Amino acid sequence: MTEVGTVTTPTTSELQTMPMAKALNAGLAAAMAADERVLLMGEDIGTLGGVFRVTEGLKNTYGEHRVLDTPLAESGIVGTAIGLAMRGYRPVCEIQFDGFIFPGFDQITTQLAKLTNRHEGAQAFPIVIRVPYGGHIGAVEHHQESPEAYFAHTAGLRSVSPSTPHDAYWMIQEAIAANDPVMFFEPKSRYWQKGAVDLAAPAVPLHSSRVVRTGSDVTVLAHGAMVSVLLQAAELAASEGISLEVVDLRSIAPIDYAPILESVRKTGRLIVAQEAPGNVSVGSEIAATVAERAFYSLEAPVLRVSGFDVPFPPAKLEGVFLPDADRILEAVDRALAY
Amino acid sequence: MTDVTRMVADSPVQFLAPDGTFAPNVGAEEYAPFVERLDDAALQRMFRDMAMVRAFDVEAGNLQRQGQLALWVPSHGQEAAQVGSACAMRPQDHIFPSYREHAVGMVRGIDLMNVIRMLRGLTHGGWDPKDPRNGNFHLYTLVIGSQALHATGYAMGIQFDGAFGTGDPENDQAVVVYFGDGATSQGDVSEAFVFAASYQTPQVFFLQNNHWAISVPVSRQSRTPLYRRGEGFGIPSVQIDGNDVLASYAVTAKNLDEARAGGGPRLVEALTYRIGAHTTSDDPTKYRTDDELASWVARDPIARFQAYLRGRGAADAFFDGVAAEAKDFAADTRRRTLALESPPAELMFENVYTDEHPLTAEQFEWLGRYEESLEGGDAR
Ligand SMILES: Cc1ncc(C[n+]2csc(CCOP(=O)(O)OP(=O)(O)O)c2C)c(N)n1
Ligand SMILES: [Mg+2]
Repeated sequence: MTEVGTVTTPTTSELQTMPMAKALNAGLAAAMAADERVLLMGEDIGTLGGVFRVTEGLKNTYGEHRVLDTPLAESGIVGTAIGLAMRGYRPVCEIQFDGFIFPGFDQITTQLAKLTNRHEGAQAFPIVIRVPYGGHIGAVEHHQESPEAYFAHTAGLRSVSPSTPHDAYWMIQEAIAANDPVMFFEPKSRYWQKGAVDLAAPAVPLHSSRVVRTGSDVTVLAHGAMVSVLLQAAELAASEGISLEVVDLRSIAPIDYAPILESVRKTGRLIVAQEAPGNVSVGSEIAATVAERAFYSLEAPVLRVSGFDVPFPPAKLEGVFLPDADRILEAVDRALAY
Repeated sequence: MTDVTRMVADSPVQFLAPDGTFAPNVGAEEYAPFVERLDDAALQRMFRDMAMVRAFDVEAGNLQRQGQLALWVPSHGQEAAQVGSACAMRPQDHIFPSYREHAVGMVRGIDLMNVIRMLRGLTHGGWDPKDPRNGNFHLYTLVIGSQALHATGYAMGIQFDGAFGTGDPENDQAVVVYFGDGATSQGDVSEAFVFAASYQTPQVFFLQNNHWAISVPVSRQSRTPLYRRGEGFGIPSVQIDGNDVLASYAVTAKNLDEARAGGGPRLVEALTYRIGAHTTSDDPTKYRTDDELASWVARDPIARFQAYLRGRGAADAFFDGVAAEAKDFAADTRRRTLALESPPAELMFENVYTDEHPLTAEQFEWLGRYEESLEGGDAR
């Protein structure tokens, strides 16, 4: 089985095994070491190291002026990050949980997303907004949502989501180095999953999607935590003689269609999976685009497997809401029935 | 002058010294009549409520650690601020809590099992604020500060309906909203102050300054005592010793009755402390010192009130009775929690809208068919 995040030819000395939260921590530390204008800001990220401990130890190393325990205000965090960027800083904001990004939504979508354009190129806004997102952690309301479509919909923002420690380590550094605002969606249920990180080089550029398991019958695609569900589904399918090709989207905006189209031309079938509700979602966009660009290669309509179009339910029902391997395989059967 | 570093006013209203002696300070003078109207039965009821909620809270924390709840949000240490203010309300008042006001909810009549159900992951709400048995206690709000605006809008409605300011305190309505020191930094809270002051709403902003917003000290949120924020918006504001249930009761009662009489909004800042962790997911040893914790444990609101009641002649039998009742309450909470069943899947499709909606209906139907196909042996 192809391991997600395994890079082609790693020299063993540069391979380290760590969970995603640690990989992000190491990536942030590397970015801070490389550029003293990089600073972190957010609620509880300093002394506590963040509620998920992603920034653990960084305040000790870099001081309270580079790791800011901010007042409790998301609009304040994003809005002041904009001013700091104008002053030449590269702020990395942490939003404590997906559902708490919305007090900052105005600053992100009506200010941050548009200011590059309004400055007519005279000012860049290299701001990263880290958002632990998604379900599978059995938490209370507002702590398990997948709001990425709102941001992907907004011109001026880039959005990415790593699915492995290796990608997390590299993508956070690439996002910080980018000169545009980057929404960085961290699949929080994967924070504690260990994986090999090659400290020598990233796998592919920030905005690339890529095949993480080759197959021939149906292409299945997702980002973030859902990638591991697809890999699980691919194992189950293989035992029934069905070969799934798994694509890790990695970048939600822009979407790197070349590997997706190539895969679809091979398999003729595409299933897009996501935790977010399906209505007006990232998956909808991909389905429409693939239908436009690969119509004659498709043997079946592109199918979406999504969260339902209801508020993320109470924790005891998250298992019904979130697509699992069975839901993926049900869609695989439907696609193959055409 | 205020001591800016300690964020404390000259004389936060206090009736009971930490050792329980009745020693009203200068700030307490104007509130004395409200304390005087409390007889032994009323005082003992307040004590009982505090003790009951403490026992419930400790047991709920245990249940969480044993995997029975997704999360617990302790109220431990804040019982005086909550019970005192809750007892100062009148039946017709409306209450907008944050997520830690278990004592207020209990005093207003909600079954605290509803809070348990919410934090077990069975519901996002838990009770019907329109059911008269629930004392107009609105739903918890987890997004920091949002409820301040809802409370203010509700108070505007009371005002537009002319349901206040008639001079009849038995019928005139008012609103109380609870929020924390961290919440004061949110735009929503400032906007609520603006609207409340602008429309002169009948409401009390009840700020529990428990000194921490998870790991962030109140000094990060404000360099001025927080009650003075209210003043800056034109809202008469007062700071109290929030671990003194009599101060909490008397100051809330006076301000709430002034607000219901048409005097405009008021803010009460209760200085208190979160003895427990922020939630069961939190480890407070990472950010606060044992000394600080110990200094607040020494100001425990229940111990203080108990000493006062003893001084007034309450007998051992009373305290023993309350302790036994609290123990039963905790045991009952455990028993009822273990008996809770998971909700059916259709719950998530219900009440997404008030009127019919094709998308949810279609998806609910699909789920039914899908689950049937799994049961039909199609499952892998
Ligand atoms: C908008 C928003 N941002 C962040 C959070 C995460 N969060 C939950 S509680 C909390 C601290 C709240 O502190 P405070 O207002 O003082 O209330 P306390 O918990 O101390 O009662 C934070 C940051 C949230 N719930 N909502
Ligand atoms: Mg607080």
